[in-house]
Amino acid sequence: MPSPALAPLLRLAWRESRTARRRLLLYMSSISLGVAALVAIDSFASNVQVSIEAQSKALLGGDLNLRARDGFTPAIDSLLDSLGTVGIPSAKVQSFGSMAIVPRTGATRLSQVRAVGEGYPYYGEVLTEPAGAWGSLHDDRNAFVDPSLMISLGAQVGDTLNVGFARFVIRGRIVNVPGDPGIAGTVAPRIFIPARYLAETQLTGFGSRVEHEVVVRLPEGTDATAWVAPFKTRFDSLGVRVRTVQENEVDLTDAIAQLARFLGVVGLIALLLGGIGVASGVNAFVQRKIDTVAVLRCLGASSAQVLVIYLVQAGAMGFLGAALGAALGVGIQLLLPELLTGFLPVDVSVTPVPSAIALGIGIGVWVAIVFALRPLLVLRLVSPLQAIRRDDAALAASRRGDHWSWAVDLALLGSVFGLAALRAETLAQGAWFTAGILISLGILYGNASLVARLARRLSSPRWPYVVRQGIANLYRPASQTRSVILALGFGSFLVTTNILVQANLLQSFDVTASAARGNLVFFDVQEDQQPGLDSLLRQPGNDVVTTTPIVTMRLQEINGQSTQAWAEAKGLSPRYWALRREYRSTYRDTLEATETITAGRFHGAAAATDTLYEFSFEEDVARDLQLTVGDIVTWDVQGVPVRARLTSTRQVEWGRFQPNFFAVFQSAAIAAAPKQFILVAAVPSDTAVALLQRDAVRRYPNVSSIDLSLIRNTITQIVDRVTLTVRFLALFSLAMAVPVLFSAVAATRRDRLREGVLLKTLGATKGQIGRILLSEYALLGLLGALSGMLLAFGGAWSLTHFVFQGDFAPALGPAAAIAGVMMGLAIGIGLLTGRDVFRETPMAALRE
Amino acid sequence: MLAARDLTKEYPSGTGALAVLKDVSFDIPQGAFVAIVGPSGSGKTTLLGLLAGLDLPSRGAVTLDGVDLTRLDEDGRARLRGEKVGFIFQSFQLIPTLTAVENVQVPLELRGEADAADRAQDLLARVGLSGRTHHYPTQLSGGEQQRVAIARAFVNRPRILFADEPTGNLDGATGEKIVALLDALNRESGATVVIVTHDLTLAEHAQRVIRLRDGVVIEDRPGRGAPSPV
Ligand SMILES: Nc1ncnc2c1ncn2[C@@H]1O[C@H](COP(=O)(O)OP(=O)(O)OP(=O)(O)O)[C@@H](O)[C@H]1O
Ligand SMILES: [Mg+2]
Repeated sequence: MPSPALAPLLRLAWRESRTARRRLLLYMSSISLGVAALVAIDSFASNVQVSIEAQSKALLGGDLNLRARDGFTPAIDSLLDSLGTVGIPSAKVQSFGSMAIVPRTGATRLSQVRAVGEGYPYYGEVLTEPAGAWGSLHDDRNAFVDPSLMISLGAQVGDTLNVGFARFVIRGRIVNVPGDPGIAGTVAPRIFIPARYLAETQLTGFGSRVEHEVVVRLPEGTDATAWVAPFKTRFDSLGVRVRTVQENEVDLTDAIAQLARFLGVVGLIALLLGGIGVASGVNAFVQRKIDTVAVLRCLGASSAQVLVIYLVQAGAMGFLGAALGAALGVGIQLLLPELLTGFLPVDVSVTPVPSAIALGIGIGVWVAIVFALRPLLVLRLVSPLQAIRRDDAALAASRRGDHWSWAVDLALLGSVFGLAALRAETLAQGAWFTAGILISLGILYGNASLVARLARRLSSPRWPYVVRQGIANLYRPASQTRSVILALGFGSFLVTTNILVQANLLQSFDVTASAARGNLVFFDVQEDQQPGLDSLLRQPGNDVVTTTPIVTMRLQEINGQSTQAWAEAKGLSPRYWALRREYRSTYRDTLEATETITAGRFHGAAAATDTLYEFSFEEDVARDLQLTVGDIVTWDVQGVPVRARLTSTRQVEWGRFQPNFFAVFQSAAIAAAPKQFILVAAVPSDTAVALLQRDAVRRYPNVSSIDLSLIRNTITQIVDRVTLTVRFLALFSLAMAVPVLFSAVAATRRDRLREGVLLKTLGATKGQIGRILLSEYALLGLLGALSGMLLAFGGAWSLTHFVFQGDFAPALGPAAAIAGVMMGLAIGIGLLTGRDVFRETPMAALRE
Repeated sequence: MLAARDLTKEYPSGTGALAVLKDVSFDIPQGAFVAIVGPSGSGKTTLLGLLAGLDLPSRGAVTLDGVDLTRLDEDGRARLRGEKVGFIFQSFQLIPTLTAVENVQVPLELRGEADAADRAQDLLARVGLSGRTHHYPTQLSGGEQQRVAIARAFVNRPRILFADEPTGNLDGATGEKIVALLDALNRESGATVVIVTHDLTLAEHAQRVIRLRDGVVIEDRPGRGAPSPV
């Protein structure tokens, strides 16, 4: 038979789809959310990257950023000067924490002071309010500050602001600083002052912690990387680290790409889950089309033509589903900046990205077609004889012998791998993704099969008939158990993972915030200031909880070898940070609650006769330096060598509001050395806190203090944001399960309908039919949720256990809630799909 | 006893109401074997549906053992069916997801009866299928499926049994066997049997033949199965 032209075939495909278009679209919408996720993630990531590229110089403030480790030495200054004479200007940026006080109100707050040179920033603009005032910074002793500082100090534009011993006039608020994410100023608000008045603060002397940076502007058109190359060794010898605008840009875009890749995998999994929805939906569709196809075959259609007709229908609806998803994705993309305000270092201009949209739709259509093809293949095998007498057994038999279904299976696997590889950085990663996806789906599928088998075993004849019938539906041939459990399991897997991560994350914040016994911390307290501050704090009702000494030191010798020689002997890089850094150590003879000994024994107090003192090292640093218990280390304590034996290593729980240290010495070893203190005080009322901070800063301008409740507030804000994001993701995951669930349930809808009507003629009441459906779907929902949770708990446990090495807290309450929601979802969708059973009169059984 | 009084069924159509059954009345005493015959489209299936309470008439009433079906709600009629009525369909209508014996059990289980399995086994044996109890419908021949359906129809000891073209999908010889089985069960159980058929030779098994045309009873006479009037 000559094959007719395509056009009439397409026309036939269109007409034939008349009754089923909406249903088919519903099945195809399973992929919509996956496509939406991909489009949203890719588009937004591209937006961010474009913004980073456009603003890369503004992000750095110049073409180069130099960081002087040990401050600006005369050699560095003269280098900068000589650069200036050849037309390469530079501006210093020196930052440090300090108390700020507004004398008019008497209020104080720990701030982040940035003394900037003229010209900073060379690119981008510091936005202020009043607008355009930034240029006046250097006119006098002026300051621009974060709005949060104005609020907490009760200050107004025009007020005097004291920083250390210097006085500035607040000229305006900071609205935006290029390169700083919006939340940069929340813990310690920023204060910008002119660099030339920095010395007047008298805060940069001994014991202060100042970050010394310079931004450099190169002549237009200069390639920063090439320009820097010849200076590399010179900068190195001066202790200056150089960062070019290109390096900065690459780092940032890499980080974004990484994040997008990770999120993309989630989108991909969503899409594949959607594919499963498509497959089960199209399978249901195919069952209804067998009679039509048989008639078409009687009328002379070839099996290839039949396949084309239905592939065209599936493809068209798949395209619509994907397009819907893409539109949704663009909507989400528009919402994302809202969710991420404050966390991004750049201002992102959100615009639709055609390539991302096209890619999303392309992938979506491909997934829809490949997954639809599997069930559609059956239609090729429908013989015209089926028109006379339907014979499902014969069809199933010819299906088993069909080699094409193998080919499609292979294409499916290939597609999963291809899509994963497209997302991954390397092929190996792609293979891992594929394996991960297959394993999770495999576990869910295995669970479903197990459930079906258990249902058969456990069902007891003593249970009410409706319950037994409901359970029996789980293991009957052609049951929907597997696809429904897969959909629900996956949905609850995602939701549970989200919630678990959130719960564990928030819990660690909570511990952090509540563990601190005091609420007011003073640091940078000099030795001679400590007694005075102590007595200032010890007023009725207040208490000094801890006074922790800090002694700065560097490594000098290990087991009698210079650090240089030790590095060579152990194969460490001689520039290794742990060897060269300044250590801020303390001394005490007891272990803190945040510390656990991992090797050796923690030292006690030294005996009068001891000649060699003992110290304890944090285990990671000890490992990095290849130190073991028993090694003898000579420390350079501000010029005085101190020999001590390493007698223990400790694991330290960082991240609590409590001073923690790498090295802890026996008291006798370094108690006499020059030191600073950190004082933690417990002060009952907010007003007392404010007063104490003010008095302390008046008397000791170099001493910084921070009110921990401020930090708690900040953490709460961040936590709230995280919670919001998690809720959004959880909702998204739930929403994803819905169309897939619909498709899965639809697959058996017709059988169910026929069965329900028949049961009615046999005397079943609506209530009984309702209860059969209810018990079946409640069970499916519960089991689906449980299998998903199994996966989620397993995943979250191994993540917290192996990656974060923390304790895993199974959030049972939320888990129960999720199981409830899943059951509700399954029951809702089940009853919604089965609602025709209630409507249909039993007469339909006679008309079959 | 089953009584139809002035049964009228109308369907809305483009030109107004289309009467498919018009004022049909008759009584069927308990234990009778009645065949309803007539050309296609004459309203046989419609009538059967009304008699069994599957559907409601536009006018008129159906009383089964003194209960007016038209006064019951849908669930009430369902319960009554569960207790008193059995069904056999042209397309067998077995539940494909249940085995033969499980299919037979269904009406008893809907009523919450405990010895369902035993009674189902007995009935399957009675219709000659004791060797097929755990087969699914697709694993049975048409005649076997219909016998399962008959077992299911009798399992709740119905007072009355309705069958719509029970032999329509079967060959002549198998059809004969099915009707013979119905005949035997009618005598054994004392249940009333009402069967709709095209096949006049099969109809002659009945004690009484009611003929419909265009929704009206045009003939109501004894069949060959009737005890001879001598
Ligand atoms: N739901 C309906 N709406 C409108 N007309 C209907 C409906 N159901 C049945 N009819 C009409 O009622 C008439 C009688 O139908 P019925 O099925 O009772 O006939 P029948 O005697 O059983 O025919 P057959 O022997 O072909 O099965 C037919 O003309 C049919 O078109
Ligand atoms: Mg009929």
